Parts: sequence; C-alpha cells; structure tokens
Amino acid sequence: MGETITVTVNGTAHTAEVEPRTLLVHFLREQLNLTGTHIGCDTSTCGCCTVHVDGDAVLSCSTLAIQCDGREVRTVEGLQSEDGTLHPIQQAFHENHGLQCGYCTPGMMMAAVGIIEQQPNATDDEIRAALEGNLCRCTGYQNIVASIRAAADQMARS
Amino acid sequence: MAVDYTTQAAGGIGDAVLRKEDRKFVTGEGRYVDDLKLPGMLHAAFVRSPFGHARITSIDAAAALALPGVHAVLTHESLPVETGVLSASNPGGDVRHPEQAILVKEIARYVGEPVAMVIADDRYLARDGADLVHVEYDPLPVVVDAEKALEAGAPLVHAEYDSNLVKTLEHHTDGFDDAMAKASKVIKLRVDNQRLTPSAMETRGCIGDWQDATGEVTLYTSTQVAHFVRTFVSIVCGTSEAKVRVVTPDVGGGFGAKLNTYREEFAVCAASHAVGRPVKWIEDRTEAGVATIHGRAQVQYYEVGVTDEGKIVALKFDAIQNNGAYNMLLTPSISHLTLFMVPGLYDIQDISIRIRQAFTNTTPTDAYRGAGRPEATHGIERLMDAIADELGIDAAEIRRRNFIKPEQFPYSSATGLIYDSGSYDENLDAALELSDYAGFEARRAESEAKGKYRGIGLSTYVEVCGLAPSAVTAALGIGAPGWEHSTVRLHPTGKATVITGTSPHGQGHATSWSQITQTELGIPFEDVEVIHGDTAFQPYGLGTYGSRSLAVGGIALYRSLGKVREKARELAAHLLECSVDDMEWTGTAWQVKGSPDRSKTIQELAYAGWTSASLPEGIEPVLEATTFHDPPNFTFPSGTHVCEVEIDPDTGRIEILKYTAVDDCGNVINPLIVDGQVHGGIIQGLGQALFEETVYAEDGQMLTPTFVEYLVPSAADVPEMTLSRTTTPSPSNPLGVKGIGEAGTIGASAAIVNAAVDALSGLGVRHIEMPMQPARIWNVIQEAKS
Repeated sequence: MGETITVTVNGTAHTAEVEPRTLLVHFLREQLNLTGTHIGCDTSTCGCCTVHVDGDAVLSCSTLAIQCDGREVRTVEGLQSEDGTLHPIQQAFHENHGLQCGYCTPGMMMAAVGIIEQQPNATDDEIRAALEGNLCRCTGYQNIVASIRAAADQMARS
Repeated sequence: MAVDYTTQAAGGIGDAVLRKEDRKFVTGEGRYVDDLKLPGMLHAAFVRSPFGHARITSIDAAAALALPGVHAVLTHESLPVETGVLSASNPGGDVRHPEQAILVKEIARYVGEPVAMVIADDRYLARDGADLVHVEYDPLPVVVDAEKALEAGAPLVHAEYDSNLVKTLEHHTDGFDDAMAKASKVIKLRVDNQRLTPSAMETRGCIGDWQDATGEVTLYTSTQVAHFVRTFVSIVCGTSEAKVRVVTPDVGGGFGAKLNTYREEFAVCAASHAVGRPVKWIEDRTEAGVATIHGRAQVQYYEVGVTDEGKIVALKFDAIQNNGAYNMLLTPSISHLTLFMVPGLYDIQDISIRIRQAFTNTTPTDAYRGAGRPEATHGIERLMDAIADELGIDAAEIRRRNFIKPEQFPYSSATGLIYDSGSYDENLDAALELSDYAGFEARRAESEAKGKYRGIGLSTYVEVCGLAPSAVTAALGIGAPGWEHSTVRLHPTGKATVITGTSPHGQGHATSWSQITQTELGIPFEDVEVIHGDTAFQPYGLGTYGSRSLAVGGIALYRSLGKVREKARELAAHLLECSVDDMEWTGTAWQVKGSPDRSKTIQELAYAGWTSASLPEGIEPVLEATTFHDPPNFTFPSGTHVCEVEIDPDTGRIEILKYTAVDDCGNVINPLIVDGQVHGGIIQGLGQALFEETVYAEDGQMLTPTFVEYLVPSAADVPEMTLSRTTTPSPSNPLGVKGIGEAGTIGASAAIVNAAVDALSGLGVRHIEMPMQPARIWNVIQEAKS
C-alpha cells in the first residue's frame, strides 16, 4: 500500500515509502524527524505548518506527501546558513521580540519569507493582510509585523 | 520600597535584553510534546460522546480490535485507575463535586466527553480504530444555558443532586441596604460575559511511560503545573508520588487552559500501564474545542446606587456562572475571583454579591487568561459608562470621582482584599493625554461627515495578581498553597544554574530570571541557565498562572540569590582574613571596604566553595541556596486603556483606529517582555470583544469547535497599539514587582465595547453584548433606527 517518493528537503534528497494518505507535515515530522514544522489546527486556518514547496508557501497539513514527489521542500530547519548564521527573518524575530511561546513561529517565518519575496516593499497593512492565514495567540502580532518589516529592510539592503 | 535599576549594566534588571530562549524556536529546535518519540511508543485516540447528555447502553470494540495495528480499546471498565478527576477547589465549603470518571461511566454529560480510548501503532491507525468503535447511546434531556439550568424543572446534569446548583457564593456588607436606600438614583445593567475557547496554538498533548519493573511512571505533558499533575497522577493511578515524574517540555501557550489536570493525562499513564509501552496522545484542534476547558461564561446583573454627583454609594452584583458538566481543578474558584474584584478600583464600601454556579451539559469552564477578573472588570466598566450616560457626566470624570485615592493605600476593599499600591488618576491622565481624549469630538465630527460612527471608550482596571499567600488560598477553599520554590546553584566554573518552580510557556523566564541573577549576584546574564518544568529537578513548584511568576517565583529567586551572596560574603571574609562586617558588595565581588585590591569575585568564591579547602566554621561546602517563598499579600497591577473605533453603518464592521494602554505593573525586569505580554493580552481581550464566542446549540451540540467557526483574531484584524507605563512599586516584595500577564486581557474588552457603545450613542444605543461581530452591530444599528 506504500508509495515510493523522492522529496528534496532543505537541499537533501530523501527517498521513502509513504502511505498515499500521509500528509506532508507528518512525513516531515514523523519520517524525517524535522519537527520544527508544527500543527495547530485541522482546518487549514492557522498556518503553523507553513513550508515552501518549489518556492511557494503552502500548508503542509493540507498537502499530501505524494504530491511532493520530485519537488523541493524548504522548512524552518532550512532557513539558517550552514555556518549557523541566522536568516534575516530569524534574526528579526529575535531582535523584535516577535515570538513568545514559539509554536506559531516556524510557520509564521516561512509565510513571512514568502511575503517578503513577493512584496519586498510591503506596507504594514499589506503585511498584516498577507499574514491573515497565520494565527498567533501570544504576541498580538505587533512585534511580528515589526519583525517582518525589519527583515524585509535587511534583505533589501543585502 | 522604590528600587532604582536604571544604572544597571546590560542584561540586568530593567534592561530590554533580547530573549535567550529565542534561538531554538526560530531554528525549529524547540521541543514540544509532539516532537518527542520514545522507543516502542504507541498512539492513542479517544472516542468521544456525540451527545450532550446520554446513557451509554453498549460499547462494541470488536471491529476496532480486528484492525491490524490496533493494540487495545480501553473503557471505564478496563482502564486501570483508582479514582476520577480531582478538583482542588471548594470555596466556602460544601461545593458539589460529582464524580468525573477518567472515561465515561454510564452517562456522558457533554459533547466530547471521552468514552473509550484506542491504542494503536500510529496516530492514523488510532483514529481509524476510534472510528470503528461502536457505541450505543440513549439520549437524555439537555440543558446548556446556566440560567435555565437553575430554573425549577430543568433537566438534571447529575441525577444525584436535586438541582444543578454547584455552589452559591455570597458576600454582603452590613450597611448595604441603608446605603442603597439613600441613593438618589439606581441604575441597572445586565452583562453577558460569553463563553470562550482559550485556543493556545499548541493543543494539549501527553505521553505516558509506565515502567512495569519499577512502578515508575514518566508523564510528558503540555502543562503549566507539572507538580499538580504529578500529585494527582499518583492518586488517580494509584502509585507513589515519589515514583511519578512529570516533564514539561516546551509548551506552546497555555492561557490558563493548561493550568489543570486532565483526563487524558491520567489516561495515557494508565494505558501505558495496561499495554506495557509508552502511549502518546496529541489533541487535534476540533477535539480541543470540546476536551479542553472553556473560559468566562458568566451572566451578570448589576444594580448600582449613586448620588447626583455620580458617587457610587452601593453596588449589588448577582451573577450566574456556567461551570459546565463537572468541576475541574479550580472551576468553583474562578467566579470567586470575580467576587473579589466586583468593586474594581472604585471606593465602594457597601456591597451585596451573590454568584450562583450551575452545572450544564457543556465542557467544564475554568481559568482562562484573567480567570474571573476580566468578568468583574468588563462588567463594572460597562456599568461606569452606564452611570456616566445616565447622569450626563463624562466617562473619565465619573471614574475619577470614584477612584480609590493614592493616600488610601493600603486600601481595604469591601470584599476583603488589601490593595497594595496604585495611582489610578496617574494612569488615567497619561492615557487621556496619549489618546488625545480631549480632541475626540472633532474626530467624531470628521467620521460623521463620512457617514460613519466614531466612538471612544475607556477601561480603568485593577487586578489581583501574584497568587497567592498560602493562608489565603487555604481560606478560599483552594486545596493547594501559593508559595514558590527556587534553587540557585553556583558551579566550580562560576556559572549558575537557577531551578525555578514556575513553568513558563512563552513568558521568557529564562531571560528574566537570568537578569535578576546578574543584578543580584553578579553572574553575567549569559552564564545563567534556568531549569523549569521537570519534577525530577525540583522539590515542588506551583507553576505559572495568575500573573504570579515574577511576584512569587521571581521573589523566591531573589531570596535564594541573597542567601548565596551572604554565604559568599562569609567565605570571602574568611579567605581575606577579615570580619564579615568589613566586607562590601561591589555588584560582582566581595571586597574589604575601601580596598579594591583585597577582593574575591563571585566566580572565585564559587570555586572556593566547591573545593572547600578552607571554609569558615559552620559553613557547608558549595554556594547553593533554596527558598520556598510564600508572599505576604497579593499584588494589584492597574491601568487605563483607551480605544477609539469607527463603525461602518452599511456593514456593521468595527474598525479600531487607535488603542492606547497605560499599565502599572510595578517595577519592570524586562520592558521588552512586559510590552509583549501587554500586546498579546490586549489582543485576547479584543478577540472577546469583537470575534470570539463558544456556542452550543440547545441540544448540546458544539457549534464552534475549530478556527473556522471560532474566530481568533488575525494580524489583519487588530490595530497597532500604543503602550505606556506608570510605576507604583508593590510594597509586598523587595523587587517592587506586580505582574503583567493578564492585564491586557483584563483591560481591553471593556474599552472596546465602551467605544462601540459611544459610537452608537447618538442612535440611543446604551449597551452591546460581546462579541461585537458585524452582524450583531448591523442589527443593533437597524433596531436603534427603527
């Protein structure tokens, strides 16, 4: 009943057998032990599980692992450089107190990277509108918006 | 006692130092319960009642057990436990505590109550198995509304009682009737503080690991109160508390919902015992909507007597609290906290309070951010606006006329509390200034010109925090103390380990506790490690809730640091061959007074204490100290929030144009973290005001179990906030701190509702219930116009 798939995750190709019903988020977490991607709902509402597939931010709880056969997936574990330097979005969340419990943070940052890539000059209102699919219960969003704005500025400079 | 920390080095008390917790979370290396895997671990899924009230006539697990990969199906009869869920709350005595079996015994009393537990190789199979368990139910009459539940003839949630009344809490002052009789006006108001779903982004989850050979059980669980859980697991599962270890990994938010001990926590331990392998259960979001406690759910009837000048002379409060189907850890005590805060920050000495708690066929309610205090604040702040409106007095002025004044502290409230300190006029003045309250009418006119309604609303609050002095918790019928533990241990290398009984889940204690350690003991911020949330490391800890961590746990730490510093002083005097009285503390070292060349740094003393080559007489090796700190009083943070809204009459949508918060939480350890707490707290209050409501159909069905129906605010829904602070240090503790975790939530909802009522006041609108979703506002406008 298993299907063999090959998925490149954070630059490394993984070939594995999965059930057709296996969600991408469970494939990442249970089979590849990449537990940075979290699950916060069952209705595609909260964005905690956001990863990038072929460069697009998607919800890994609403994507089947077999749909990613032959594709490139990027998770929070793939954000920082190999030398340990944090990605500007990671640094910005830290510097702007953009996280508290940290649970929504990986999905929030993956969504944010997508926003910055698509709208590098987004205003605060545009950032807020684009973040609508990512829920945070701790921060009230103010410092998350500030973090994304700071990261966008940093990425524009570099 | 005023403490001036403005001269501290970076990383000390008062500094906006960046959090040391962050790196693991931004790199995906946080470790939450669902990230843990144990060898041989199985997965659990629960079969839950689809009925609000029903007798179970049969459970057929044959099809589930026939599914390959399913190991067991456990029910009330087969789950090896000794008792049901326990409550620690009995305010006033005689609270009705019906049995709450871990898995339903005969009768299910709310939708989502766990009936059976399926154990399988993975979570998908466990879910498949749960779907194959066939349960026959015989539905029984249902009551979900607390007021209806208390009417004669209402269906009984627990047939062993003659009514659904859990407990009546009362408090009346002697002079109330006379005072009310003398009032020149009596104003009445009904306020419905709706039921809410706490909605931490990480749902609950736990892993039970029972070792047959030793009888030891380890429970990994997403909780705010690891030690409570350990104590109760030992009782429920019938094992020695000394054999139970509870580990709290990273916790993805709690908001009070994880200040509890839940059936699933006991069930995974018992199931692990039964099947001989570790058992993990992770709550899904739809489950969380019914299986995790709800908050609020209180209907209030106010009657207030006032003079013509707007001075309150007497206040009557009659409320009905919906406890749900059972009492959880603190359920009956939550509305008791409401009772205490009924008068708010107003000087009201004649008071009459009755709170009736009711059982209903709904998920139990318990502590949710603020826990009984937002209910009190929202109600009286709506009432203050009703008084202002009735008497034609400005909303800020009516509050000012009734405030407790700075010279009245310590202030004895009519409900028996001693407010420690505060300067309510100062909060109000600062908030009015920052929000340009004086210039509002011009802005209202601008909106009117665009065909929109603009309003401004105030909320002034005081809250009771720092739970709690143990003698008081005992007097309140809470079967647990309120002290907190800390241990400070200096290593041979001069680094420090801080072990704390608090249990952070986003509050940044590792950072704040390191700051306190740097300031008080001179160990650099980065050389301090903070350990929490593992019962194997701590004598006991009461955990994190009720804005208590800093005011109780932080002071426990402060005192341990002082003990270590004093021990280091004796050691330094001994090594430098002079008297203890001749030593002075430099902030990082003990030196002979006036002789900087004769000194020992704290790191040198840590090493000397460890080698113990030469110790003063009577001094034990190693610089380490432990404190169990029991606070002498609560703390009383306060503040003023101002909200300005614009309402679109065509859609009923409320837009928040400006939100200003001035909070007094006493002295601040880390302003970054304090602001973050205020931001998040305000937005949870905003969620209640505008969007959130947990809704049951009359037949007991839960209509809002997921984020599709239950509307948690998103970034697009909320405003940028403007924050400021005033400071009246608490005299109850040496750091002068008060607490800030719940303040935002407590202050916010009334400011927003008051603004909306103000916006529509020209139409004759006098009150609006929460949540103020567009449809409700649109209807309010249509009704007002017709």
